[in-house]
Amino acid sequence: MRKVAVIGAGMTLFRRRLMETPKELCFEATRMALDSAGIELKDVDAVISGSAPDGFDGVHMKGEYYSDGCGAYGKPYMRVFVGGGTGVFSAISGWYHIASGLADIALVVNEEKMSSCQPHPQSVFAHIWDPILDRPLKPNLIWIFAMEMNRYMTVHKIKKEDIALVAVKNKRNAVDHPCAQLADPNITVDDVLNSEVLAWPVQRLDISPPSDGAAALVMASEDAVKRLHVETPVWMKGVGWCIDSTMWTDRDLYFPEYVARAAKMAYKMAKIDNPRKQIDFAEPYDPFDYKELHHMEGLLLAKKGEAPIMTREGVTQRDGDLPTCPSGGLLGVGNPIAATMGVKIGELYWQLSGQAGKRQIPHEIKTGVTNAWGDLMQYGAVAVMGV
Amino acid sequence: MGQTPQKWPGIELSNDDLLNKKVTQTRYHPRAKFSWSAGEAMSRFLNELKEGRLIGRECKHCNKILFPPRMFCEQCFKPTSKWVYIKDTGTIQTYSISYLDKDAKRITNPIYVGVVSIDGASEKMGIMHYFGEVTKDTIHIGMKVKAKWKPPLERTGSILDIEYFRPLKEGEQ
Repeated sequence: MRKVAVIGAGMTLFRRRLMETPKELCFEATRMALDSAGIELKDVDAVISGSAPDGFDGVHMKGEYYSDGCGAYGKPYMRVFVGGGTGVFSAISGWYHIASGLADIALVVNEEKMSSCQPHPQSVFAHIWDPILDRPLKPNLIWIFAMEMNRYMTVHKIKKEDIALVAVKNKRNAVDHPCAQLADPNITVDDVLNSEVLAWPVQRLDISPPSDGAAALVMASEDAVKRLHVETPVWMKGVGWCIDSTMWTDRDLYFPEYVARAAKMAYKMAKIDNPRKQIDFAEPYDPFDYKELHHMEGLLLAKKGEAPIMTREGVTQRDGDLPTCPSGGLLGVGNPIAATMGVKIGELYWQLSGQAGKRQIPHEIKTGVTNAWGDLMQYGAVAVMGV
Repeated sequence: MGQTPQKWPGIELSNDDLLNKKVTQTRYHPRAKFSWSAGEAMSRFLNELKEGRLIGRECKHCNKILFPPRMFCEQCFKPTSKWVYIKDTGTIQTYSISYLDKDAKRITNPIYVGVVSIDGASEKMGIMHYFGEVTKDTIHIGMKVKAKWKPPLERTGSILDIEYFRPLKEGEQ
């Protein structure tokens, strides 16, 4: 397999509601990524896009609908969709387009516009549940997280205070992100613990917001990196992905085994045998605060039940030994499902190429890992990136 | 050579901008209806619910009773072998107390919901359902529960033929 690097990235603001259409958002992010890589669309061999359920936009074949905004016109093009996992998986798809030798330069463009769906995107989430077993119970998607969080907390005897620390850290980190929707420099654990109970144990400030936004990457082969004289390529060192049982009520939700399997696949490719030592920072997928902890354990960066302890001890702060979500994550920057690529793969790229500005981790970093999680609690996509 | 982005595009709109039509917009209301064939495994499962019974499928290769039932085993990838009745009691694996309905609207009487693993099925195999006759102080993970069935004439062959799972009483099977 050929080596693959990220050589440019772009993203729009993440906001509850943006004026631009999906294709206009895609264009903005894609144009930024091309400019940041210093190339033009004619240099691109293939285009990959990612977006979550069509229902948000009310437009089926969404991948076709916004394709011109992704720069796909007249080129090999595909859309990938693995639920919330799309934020990392579409970059994996970009990786295999190039690793296989099919393309030298590929664009990866992810978009989400959740605000079109009225009165709330939750009404669309209702249609991801099993029509026979689940849907008659009129579920809300937050139930899934509440049930998983409760199981995780109960098995490991974790206090809500320790989980709230993640929301505080990420929303404070987001103050330094120019695209952030919910940054808050003064938020405290008490704010989180006193926020409205939505579905116990999930409270309002435990959750990332629905958002509109787009993000884009330019990926290139080693040949193209040399030809273009890229000074700060960030290499895709390893990728992995995995789906668990669709029968989610038959699994113990306290540990995401599918994330661990995807991580092991990625670490093997990256020649990492001790992730806690060899990974310098991480962007674990954090749609809810406990999910960052759950994913740190799934990514084998913490032993089962130990991620909250590391968080309490400050290990995961931006200047800690293992910074997590230095971007501000989904909790702080926003959660336009697939477009969160901008704070996951995008943040790894900006951090590792030294372009993260005020968010830059203050010590030397060489290797980072990120994951995204999706479907009905069973899809894991993992990427290890490094310089 | 490229450059680090300096400008971050996007024009924010407020809820007010949209609801008071201060921006140019179009609207659409889809009307889609679906009817699903329940298939081999779920048809039997639903018909048994109407009779007040829970049923699983045995996978003889994995030596498991799979619940909810299915016609093939995803692990050994062979057809499952036979129908097995299981009990209507079980254990709460996890739960939530929801103050939101399915459209994220606030509700005052919370919904108790969670995963209950069913006795007689393989370990930790269960379904999502409501819990009743509990309070936020009494419900807990590990609580033994039993199905509260609707009266036979009100059952329709639906997961809702069970109204909810309630605490198992002492000496009850």
